[in-house]
Amino acid sequence: MIDTVTNIILLSMLVITALAIVRMDRLFAVVMLSGVFSLLSALLFVTLDAVDVAFTEAAVGAGISTVLVLSTIALTKPVEKRARHTALVPFIVVCVTGAALVYGTLDMPAFGDPNAPALTHVGPEYLARTPVDIDVPNAVTAILGSYRGFDTLGEAAVVFTAGIGVLLLLSGLRRRREDEEEDQA
Amino acid sequence: MIYHHLILRVVTKVLVGTIILFALYVQFHGDFSPGGGFQAGVIMAVAFIIYGIVFGLRNVKRVFPEWLVHKLLALGVLIYAGTGIYSMFMGYDFLDYDALSPAYPTIGQHWGLLIIEFGVGVTVTGVMVAIYYAFAGRPPSISNEDW
Repeated sequence: MIDTVTNIILLSMLVITALAIVRMDRLFAVVMLSGVFSLLSALLFVTLDAVDVAFTEAAVGAGISTVLVLSTIALTKPVEKRARHTALVPFIVVCVTGAALVYGTLDMPAFGDPNAPALTHVGPEYLARTPVDIDVPNAVTAILGSYRGFDTLGEAAVVFTAGIGVLLLLSGLRRRREDEEEDQA
Repeated sequence: MIYHHLILRVVTKVLVGTIILFALYVQFHGDFSPGGGFQAGVIMAVAFIIYGIVFGLRNVKRVFPEWLVHKLLALGVLIYAGTGIYSMFMGYDFLDYDALSPAYPTIGQHWGLLIIEFGVGVTVTGVMVAIYYAFAGRPPSISNEDW
């Protein structure tokens, strides 16, 4: 009962935030509201018992990306550019995609269904073997770090590559411009 | 930068320590509670970013210099991959943490998880702070009043 009420409140707040984001053209407010959106999604993840995901969403979605988008806005303009076309075609595309996604969820197993494919495949084996093989209470860490260690190494490499990419794009450009100015002077 | 916001400065000074402590808790308690290297790295980066926002980029770069950030960003992946190489040298599979304590495999797994999570945390902290430095280091094109 309390879960249903919480979910309804959180989801309607999500929708209200999304509508407010669409209606605004001051980008500062839009960024702040998207931070609020992330925080609300994090709360939803908590009600789904996915605390790890909620953690990440709150830290990355509401924290880091808000700061980064704000610093991006500082490099561009604070107001959204007025659209030249009508919003009819995008609106239809969004509606069709949304309907397709909702239609897709009809086939999915109910939340917490023990016979769901995700819970019958390798999941039970990981849960059964973690206390014997690894003996850490947090099975998520055991799976990510040990059973799926290669994946996590790949993720770390992706984060590293992303960082290097941004450094090359942003810092490199600045240095080159300074060099050019020095050349001209 | 924003030197006149007294309340912001005091609150930030109080918060930064707490945030770093929490990041370390998430980092090294990841085997027992939700969280791990990725989350801890982001939280750690947030501590430096909030310091940078309130006290200015120059001051945060004195605390956490740019060259160190760039080294850390690569060091984390190196720690992670190095663990795998070490286990290969010990005659185990790549990233098989049993190699760290062959007599007691579960203890080896504990150490392995701690080390690789630390690697992930170091990389993520480095990347997040480096991206923040890269963005904030460029001259802004709009003034404070335009916001």
